[in-house]
Amino acid sequence: MTGDEYKKYVDSKAPDSKLLRNVIRAFSVGGLICVVGQFFVNSFSRMGFDMDVSASLTSMTMIFLGVLFTGLNLYDDLGRFAGAGSIVPITGFANSIASPAMEYKSEGYVLGVGARMFLIAGPVLVYGISASIIVGILHYLLKF
Amino acid sequence: MLEKKLGKQTVIFKQPPTIAATASIVGPKEGKGPLAPYFDQILDNELWGERSWEMAESKMVREVLSKTALNASKAVSRIDYILAGDLLNQCIAASFGVRESGIPMFGVFGACSTMGETMSLGAMLIDGGFASNVVCLTSSHFCSAERQFRFPLELGAQRPPTAQWTVTGAGGVLLSSEGTGPFVKKITTGKIVDMGIKDQNNMGAAMAPAAADTIFAHFEDTGLPQDYYDMIVTGDLGRIGREIADDLLSSNGIRIGSILNDCGVMIFDMKQDAHSGGSGCGCSATVFAGFLYDRLKKGKLNKILFVPTGALLSPTSVQQGESIPCIAHAVAIENG
Repeated sequence: MTGDEYKKYVDSKAPDSKLLRNVIRAFSVGGLICVVGQFFVNSFSRMGFDMDVSASLTSMTMIFLGVLFTGLNLYDDLGRFAGAGSIVPITGFANSIASPAMEYKSEGYVLGVGARMFLIAGPVLVYGISASIIVGILHYLLKF
Repeated sequence: MLEKKLGKQTVIFKQPPTIAATASIVGPKEGKGPLAPYFDQILDNELWGERSWEMAESKMVREVLSKTALNASKAVSRIDYILAGDLLNQCIAASFGVRESGIPMFGVFGACSTMGETMSLGAMLIDGGFASNVVCLTSSHFCSAERQFRFPLELGAQRPPTAQWTVTGAGGVLLSSEGTGPFVKKITTGKIVDMGIKDQNNMGAAMAPAAADTIFAHFEDTGLPQDYYDMIVTGDLGRIGREIADDLLSSNGIRIGSILNDCGVMIFDMKQDAHSGGSGCGCSATVFAGFLYDRLKKGKLNKILFVPTGALLSPTSVQQGESIPCIAHAVAIENG
């Protein structure tokens, strides 16, 4: 059997992820996280903050909650259940920074926590910021 | 003329070493699995009072060494050699675990096949007349393996159904020149087999061809009938890998499906969310030291072929897009 034949054979043996179940779970949990976010936006607006400030306060609150639930050993269980539903919202981004910080604490605060904290979020920042710069330049040029 | 060599890959012992004792320590999840009654100790906490997962793993190695000697009623000082290895970079669990023992040590790396590799080498040391008592030790720890090979523990990520769960556990096997069995009769040393699988989340498929290759070589070299063994048990192929190995052997005319088992399938229940099954050096080590040795001692099994399987990858090789080379070492163990 050649390597390619073997790969085809293995693919036929490997069970697929349960797509429908995962999509439903991701939709419900992701939706629920957004509802919580909306609740904070409304609450902050009702307290008299304008829309921009309310949005920033909501992001901060959601990031805090993501980190808190990571520290309480709950976010990984949520992630295992919800998949993209808990990875995509901002709480997932917070989880991706808090979890390596916890993991590498045993290697010290400088080379452990400090150096490894952005192990997973780092690439997102690099390419996210790069993309926004490119789009910004294009926007500037197209305006002329 | 090599009088103990049989065919290309097999060695037959003139004075087969006895497995005088075994010991096993496992983590809490393994302790809730179907083999729980057979382990010597079940930890209720993965950190076991240490400051890091790595030190917890080496503590398991240290404790399993003294338990193995204790179970054989032998003083640790009567051990001639320790053969030990694990999955961590530079095998730190093994070397930190035995550093206070004062016993000569060979560090061995065979990834998850380490128990098969150390038992093979240990049996050769004894039959060669170089040692009377050899302890083979190996360990793996879910948390230390996750951080080295995958993601931080608290990251909320999903695993595909083909993924396996690294066993938290350490196993020790004491081979001795004297004793009443069970005996290590033959070994078949594996060669590296790489079918080009690159998916770290499907190690069973990567390792199955290596397991099939070694089992095939064992029957080729020895000329034994296919129904000779009561059980042929691979290390950590998992459910999918076991099926693939069975298919590969059948297509080569070896039909052992009914006696082919896998430690990774045995150690966890389907309900334990371990996906395809257990993996890691500790998987085959604890299942052998716990369950299989008990079955051999009680005569429920009399002849087994124990085939720990290893995926010889590193985090660097995976990131650089290389395929996964694999190996399997067979150890034939018989009563009488």
